Amino acid sequence: MKVWVLAELTPNGPTQATLELLSKARQLGDAEAVALGPGATSAAAELGTHGAATVFASDDAVYADYLAQPAAHALGVLAAAHSPDLILFPSTYGARDVAGRLQAKLGSTLMANALDITGPDTVRTEIGGGTLLIDVVLEGPTPRLVIVSPKVFVAEAVGGTAQVVPVDVEIPDGCRRALRTERHDEPSVGPKLEEAKVVVSGGRGLQDPANVSLLQQLADAIGGAAVGATRAIVDAGWISYSHQVGQTGKTVKPDVYIAIGVSGALQHLVGMKGSKFVIAINKDADAPIFRVADLGVVGDALVVVPALISELAKRRG
Amino acid sequence: MNVVVLVKSVVDPSGQPRLGPDFLMDRSGDGTLDPGDEFAVEAALQLAADAGGTVTAISMGPEGAAAAVRRALAMGADAGVLVSDPLLRGADTLATARVLAAAAAQAGFDLVLAGVESADGYTGTLPMALAELLDVPSATFARKIEVTNGLARIERQTETGYDVVECPLPAVITVTAGATEPRYPTLKGIMSAKAKPLEQRSVADLGLEPSAVAPTQRVSAVTPVTTKSGGTVIEAGDDTAARIADALAEAKVI
Repeated sequence: MKVWVLAELTPNGPTQATLELLSKARQLGDAEAVALGPGATSAAAELGTHGAATVFASDDAVYADYLAQPAAHALGVLAAAHSPDLILFPSTYGARDVAGRLQAKLGSTLMANALDITGPDTVRTEIGGGTLLIDVVLEGPTPRLVIVSPKVFVAEAVGGTAQVVPVDVEIPDGCRRALRTERHDEPSVGPKLEEAKVVVSGGRGLQDPANVSLLQQLADAIGGAAVGATRAIVDAGWISYSHQVGQTGKTVKPDVYIAIGVSGALQHLVGMKGSKFVIAINKDADAPIFRVADLGVVGDALVVVPALISELAKRRG
Repeated sequence: MNVVVLVKSVVDPSGQPRLGPDFLMDRSGDGTLDPGDEFAVEAALQLAADAGGTVTAISMGPEGAAAAVRRALAMGADAGVLVSDPLLRGADTLATARVLAAAAAQAGFDLVLAGVESADGYTGTLPMALAELLDVPSATFARKIEVTNGLARIERQTETGYDVVECPLPAVITVTAGATEPRYPTLKGIMSAKAKPLEQRSVADLGLEPSAVAPTQRVSAVTPVTTKSGGTVIEAGDDTAARIADALAEAKVI
């Protein structure tokens, strides 16, 4: 079977998630990648090394300048011409948007949050924040579309060379409508969330943006811990996106995860449920985070956390 | 400016999903408005109030889903539509997008707003499928929306910061939790909601064939994941900090 991966590009090449998907695509059948936007052609080498036999590539800025529509259009045209059986998408804002539009164009089935692709038309996913595993049979017209959770496959360089096929799809004016006019990057600071042994995460229970500094203070008191956050406080602008843990953020599996004022929304739980030991501090005894906590503390984070910081300082002596 | 806001009814936004013997989600009983959608409703009310216009809340679901629409009406939406049909039991994202697109087109709109993803399914692709079916531009993850002369200027959350996006109306935009602080319905709002129109529609009312809403996927097996047991929950007290520090020491991270 022919399995496509929608490659996501950064100025330094394809994203890690893209390379992870190529590992699975290669295992399922003939792996090919579609790379759209500036840097596509130069990314082809690395895509090839990771198993893409063919890379459909266009460096046209239209794919970066306009949201979702040009990429979905081109992918639709390419799919009609080359008939892939399956298209895999990384679970990111941009790829998710393209997948949604492509589904409507093709009338194809779409499965999100996939944890594995167990056969040509079977996908394993989870619901309930990871409390139930669901095996799903994909039906209807091909290509079937699957959005895969990060880190479920391991990226592996196998040393191939991709044949680069230039994409020359005309992008109609109707697809040039939602235009990016400015980009603002907020550089991330501190240890990498995905690699830290301890993650200190905060949520709405911190009550005020000023209290977000408690997270860093606790992370420093523990030593080398990374600071995480729920989507709620990222969306509210209290802390930058690079700290977000969950479905649309990072997936972390630290030795200890400390959830501070985090209610435990399902989309947050999927990003941290692999943690070895979970400590939760929350005022609300019914908060779902307590269901996954090894040690739960019902109480005010603004009291408990400063006390913990002084306790740790005391033990350090 | 007429705004359609998509609202989803969820049974328990944070709880364990209930599955019936046929592996389909059991959505019986009264639902509540998905907390993520409250931000979209609030944004819709503010934009319509600024520009002058109406807000129509549209949902798809069993009869209990009317509670989500009623909540939007109580917050201030002018009219509601609930698409309810036995044909839609087990509907997937494609069927749902077709139904909601048809309902939005029937209501008429300059702008469709939605939450970024549902609390129970967190698929997050439905608004884009809907935009494609309606052939309008779209932007996801808007944390700020301003509309001037038929052009929406959006601050869109990204993985590395935010982008500014300009998008001509009509359009579909999804709204993050940071965009607005949802108002709480007042008693007056709740009372007046009862007098507002809440129309029920079937698949046939929307001009869709049953084949257009047939599922394209089927659950073949469900496996409960063994959840952690033996977790300890304590009330905060004088020794809490020491208990947590002990746990950190035991995990060998301090």
